[in-house]
Amino acid sequence: MSKLVDSRDEKIKIRDAYGDILPEVGRQDEDIVVLTADLAGSTRTKYFGQEFPERFFNVGITEANMMGMSAGLAMEGKKPFVSTFAVFATGKPWEQIRQTIAYQSAPVRIVATHSGITVGEDGASHQILEDVSNMRVLPNMKVVVPADARQTEEVIKRVSGDMDGPVYVRLARAAFPVVYEECDFELGKAEVLREGNDVSIFAMGLMVANSLDAAEILEDEGISAEVVNVSTVKPLDKETILESVGKTGAAVTAEEHNIIGGLGSAVSETVAEGNPVPVKRVGVEDQFGESGPAYDLVEHFGLTAEDIASKAEKLIR
Amino acid sequence: METNELKEKANQLRADVLKMVTNANSGHPGGALGMAGTWTALHYEYLNDKPEDPDWEDRDRFILSNGHTCPLLYAVLADKGYFPKEELDGFRSLGALLQGHPSTAKGTPGVEFSSGSLGHGLSFGAGVALSGRLSDQDYRTYVSISDAECQEGQTWEAAAVARDKELGNLCTLVDYNDSQIDGKVSDIMDVAPLADKWESFGWQVLEIDGHDYDEITDAFDSFLDNSAPKGKPTAIISHNTLGKGVSFMEGDPGWHHGVLTDDQMEQAMEELGIKE
Repeated sequence: MSKLVDSRDEKIKIRDAYGDILPEVGRQDEDIVVLTADLAGSTRTKYFGQEFPERFFNVGITEANMMGMSAGLAMEGKKPFVSTFAVFATGKPWEQIRQTIAYQSAPVRIVATHSGITVGEDGASHQILEDVSNMRVLPNMKVVVPADARQTEEVIKRVSGDMDGPVYVRLARAAFPVVYEECDFELGKAEVLREGNDVSIFAMGLMVANSLDAAEILEDEGISAEVVNVSTVKPLDKETILESVGKTGAAVTAEEHNIIGGLGSAVSETVAEGNPVPVKRVGVEDQFGESGPAYDLVEHFGLTAEDIASKAEKLIR
Repeated sequence: METNELKEKANQLRADVLKMVTNANSGHPGGALGMAGTWTALHYEYLNDKPEDPDWEDRDRFILSNGHTCPLLYAVLADKGYFPKEELDGFRSLGALLQGHPSTAKGTPGVEFSSGSLGHGLSFGAGVALSGRLSDQDYRTYVSISDAECQEGQTWEAAAVARDKELGNLCTLVDYNDSQIDGKVSDIMDVAPLADKWESFGWQVLEIDGHDYDEITDAFDSFLDNSAPKGKPTAIISHNTLGKGVSFMEGDPGWHHGVLTDDQMEQAMEELGIKE
């Protein structure tokens, strides 16, 4: 059973959690190999490289090649973790991922940092808001978006174990509020973090913390919000989602991603087919990002707890 | 095998390719016929494999990158006993073991890699070769690519990385037939000087006539002599004639894909020395 923290004041970079846990899983399994394309420092894979130089391959800026190589390693029984920025992991080599990883169901662990607008100052070129969409559409691909540093550790432990196909793990650059005191992660399972009766908020990544804050704002307004951490976007836990909307009758989705193709789309598809209730998607509304400090951008693009709360209130009133 | 036996085997495989494509009423015979010479030597003289145990862990890996030439791969695999020869009749049909382009998802025995999109094979092969070195396995990795795949940037990414990571157990066989779907490679976007390019990437380069068995065997011998877990990877640049063995197909890029008429099939079989 997971346990949540009492206050979400502490912030930790989830890529730091990745950098710390990767050597730990590497110590337990010699088949784990790590590839990066000139971003060993930024993705924090350098710590693995320092401890296991013989299993660490910096292939230079050859993302397309890196995906193909990782497929070859995976098909031969190695457990490759492939890390670069999310835009270079899921955009530039998308077709390589489709052909050599997804089609062959090669168990490659694509763990990308620097997703979303919280990349900050680097601006739109680096702030991919389409990565979950890019990966979700591929058969055989699983998509996981950890909510905080503790969940990131559990996700990496889990995907370093046996996998029947590839997985995309979406990490970020910025520090995210810590949500979990203890995290019990199950691949493919959405987790109700807070129970409520009036509206369900389905969130991923950074937006899980913001949604928990939103639920507190709504509580003051007399609205009981249920908050669900949909850390596995694919395969989607339809049962938990439909059970929640069956109880509340309304759904808000919250993602630091384009509202097209990501979590909002995934939940909408499930709700539309399984139990049609009103849905409001909170996310970046079919735009590119721009430069600025990470949390200024969160405000600018309407992704704060206040934004989620006001949209939830509007939806049900 | 003696040279005349290799030649006969290559022609038998060419005939199988033409039958498959004709039977399927679609496919890519030209390149396959040109590659049959080098492939025959490789698959029957050099490749260490066990058709009865396709997943044998110490087998040499053979990866086909330009997947549209797969009728030749299927003909070889069937002939060696990876699957019944009758499967060749199902090529490209719904539910067939032999997909239009090679598919590991279909579980075709002997197929190591799902290809079809060009330029992917050498990266995959680099990963396979690297895995072998990490596991202290002695297998060699052969990747068959086309000249036109040397237009793809990814091929050169892979070439650079394979040299940097010293994948001396990796051999790339380049089908240099100067043909691609729209015409001659040299007219569309020339890749020459091809041997110089591979050499400048730090590879051991062997340039051969792909229809001269002495040159072919010398090249593979040279690769094996130099093959090591760490060292220079080897590129064998094989000058092949598209449509080799069938006079009206030879050197005509129009046969990149296409189906023979009944009369053409009859003539082709005669020229290949196939008696039914």
